[in-house]
Amino acid sequence: MKAIKTIGVLALFLVTVAFTIKDGYKVGDKVEDFSLKNVDGKMVSLSDFDSAKGFIVVFTCNHCPYSKMYEDRIIALDKKYKEKGYPVIAINPNDPKASPGDDFESMMERAKSKGFTFPYLFDKGQKVYPKFGATRTPHVFILNKNKGDLKVAYIGAVDNNARNASDVSERYVETAVDELLSGKEVTNKETKAIGCSIKVQ
Amino acid sequence: MKNLLKLLVLLLALGCSKPKNNSLAIFDYKGLQPLLEKSDNITYVVNFWATWCKPCVKELPAFEKLKKEYSEKGVEVILVSLDFPNQIESSLKPFIRKEKLQSKVVVLDDPDQNNWIPKINEKWSGSIPATLIYNKDKREFFERSFTYEELEGELKKFINK
Repeated sequence: MKAIKTIGVLALFLVTVAFTIKDGYKVGDKVEDFSLKNVDGKMVSLSDFDSAKGFIVVFTCNHCPYSKMYEDRIIALDKKYKEKGYPVIAINPNDPKASPGDDFESMMERAKSKGFTFPYLFDKGQKVYPKFGATRTPHVFILNKNKGDLKVAYIGAVDNNARNASDVSERYVETAVDELLSGKEVTNKETKAIGCSIKVQ
Repeated sequence: MKNLLKLLVLLLALGCSKPKNNSLAIFDYKGLQPLLEKSDNITYVVNFWATWCKPCVKELPAFEKLKKEYSEKGVEVILVSLDFPNQIESSLKPFIRKEKLQSKVVVLDDPDQNNWIPKINEKWSGSIPATLIYNKDKREFFERSFTYEELEGELKKFINK
């Protein structure tokens, strides 16, 4: 009887773990720090940014056409919000074995040729993206420091028109960070957009 | 009246002379919606893909095989391409010809993704490939890749009652 009970508890625990891993962070969840290698060879953690009020974490990559369409806009976001306390942290979540062109060398080249102003980190071993629950590239998570804790304030797209920056009528990320900067709660906490699935082997 | 008739004949002639591939339908979400909400006796397998999406291209043969095996058993496969409008001529149409795709292909061109993605399925984050299987009684959405066996397994839950 006791054994059955133990198995039951264990099964429940496993199911819980499985679901937690699959789903990742929700808006309001506390974010764990990570340490990933940047294209300059140095390890980067969120705790390195003492003066940051939060972060614009973007899961992105080299190969995905949607990622490419947003590169310039992500650089613009970093330029605009780094000074204000919300720097961009880009993370490539793909397994390069499953996604040619998303290897570390190519990341270094891309960061250089596009003139990335932000860290472009490699999720080696793919341990970080599942914690976030990122499913596609690009996939944005805005984090906000709240009484010492980093919490997710927004999950979704950069804006409402991937293909044509001049046709954008809603800048989801800018609006959200502006709200945080003025001490407000983010109104539009989640948005959806088409993107490339994260590549695993 | 006579002119109208002439115009009709001309339109018909044009319609007939057009090779099938050139008449690819391009929809916004409103235009696509009726294809996702049919209530006849068919089970629809609707795959969201694009020629630039590697895992999508990889799983297409599974959908083509499904069409071949099940089209006479009340199943219709619809491949909804999310290729960009400027790549329809340069990438999508050549791809359809080269791969000799037999399933119905339509293009969804609607930039307001945050509006239509949740309408297709509340849980879809927007990554592709993604597949909707539905008939008048049941609806399931999958944000994942399929092998033929996996896809057939899911389809059987709809047609074997």
